Amino acid sequence: MSALDLVQLNLLSPPILCFLLGILATLVKSDLRIPESIYQALSIYLLLSIGIKGGAAIMASEGSAFLLPMGVAVLLTGLMPLWTYPVLRYLGRLSVVDAGAVAAHYASVSVVTFLAATTFLQALGEPYEGFLPALVALMEVPGIVVALLLVQRISGKSAPLLDSVKTVLAGKSVFLLLGGLLVGIIGGERGLLKVEPFFVAPFYGVLCIFLLEMGMVASRRFEDFGKVGPFLVVFGFLMPIIHALIGIYAGFLCGMTRGGSFVLGTLVASASYIAAPATIRLALPEANPGYYLTAALAITFPFNLTIGIPLYYALSGLFFS
Amino acid sequence: MEPLPGMEKLKRVTIVAESVVSERIQEDVLRLGAKGYTTTHAEGRGSRGVRASEWEGHNVKLETIVTPEVAGKILKYMEDKYFQHFAVIAYTIDVEVIRAKKYR
Repeated sequence: MSALDLVQLNLLSPPILCFLLGILATLVKSDLRIPESIYQALSIYLLLSIGIKGGAAIMASEGSAFLLPMGVAVLLTGLMPLWTYPVLRYLGRLSVVDAGAVAAHYASVSVVTFLAATTFLQALGEPYEGFLPALVALMEVPGIVVALLLVQRISGKSAPLLDSVKTVLAGKSVFLLLGGLLVGIIGGERGLLKVEPFFVAPFYGVLCIFLLEMGMVASRRFEDFGKVGPFLVVFGFLMPIIHALIGIYAGFLCGMTRGGSFVLGTLVASASYIAAPATIRLALPEANPGYYLTAALAITFPFNLTIGIPLYYALSGLFFS
Repeated sequence: MEPLPGMEKLKRVTIVAESVVSERIQEDVLRLGAKGYTTTHAEGRGSRGVRASEWEGHNVKLETIVTPEVAGKILKYMEDKYFQHFAVIAYTIDVEVIRAKKYR
């Protein structure tokens, strides 16, 4: 498949089309609104569904093939602030707290980007490891903690670390993902069979509505591009590509499939815009949300969803031939 | 002006806060001596356009009736803890209440 075919395959899938539709809705100032309670319900559905399916897949998989990729993924997210912070601080000339805050977001992951990556693989017919949802849950936390530690070290100011860990762990995304995994592990494949009509079949339809809302949320921030300055815009496009290459290579070294390595690469490339902002806002209140939220939500997220995913898949061909 | 017969003067403190700190503020208010509070969802606009959790929840308006002493403590605490970095405003107004014991 040529690069253009891959881009087309991704952009023309219903979830991504709905995301673009959401962007269009904002641009034409449509009165379309997804009520907040519906948005909340959809996100609970998606997170629980990913968790349950992942848990059942772990039970169905033979042996402990997931331990090495899990360890590597956690280590990788923990290390990421060590290079993103200096880049932001010294190349981007951000303040210590702003650089730390942005680094925390890029060291955490985006669940929706993960979903888009697996949707893409399914359209391609490319197999991937079933335990990947467990990786998503594990990769949300370490990078945020390391970034906060860095800021604490450098500025000598104490950030409420324990509180932050609690906020992320008890936050709905990690809680529901890990909780769903447990439900899936305990219920096993037989349990999954019972909830399949609800949690599996309607999944992509629900994802479409969710992405419609995300398109509107992301595009409402497009006007902030000017405020964050050219460096952060370039960072928001380039850093994910570098991170994707690191992630894909790490997956390759762990003996994962091409599909699995591509998903790991996409996760490493993604930036959190739900768990991280809520945590950082409380832990580093003096950091400017205009920087970290705009970069993660309005630049990196749409980039990954549209161009990034087919690009990273093409790049994974460098390691898997 | 003297209060109406059977009524007593107290202070009503109103705090409007972005959702990310609203739960903390509810705990703070009780810890500083309020006996209860009422919250309502609020929307609006102020000097801080940017909020981290803008599609995660509404602003919250909290109202509590307290003695002038507690009202002073709450306002001072809001100033020390929240005004600098969070979208929070707070103010008081005189109110006349019946069965003032409930609020002490």
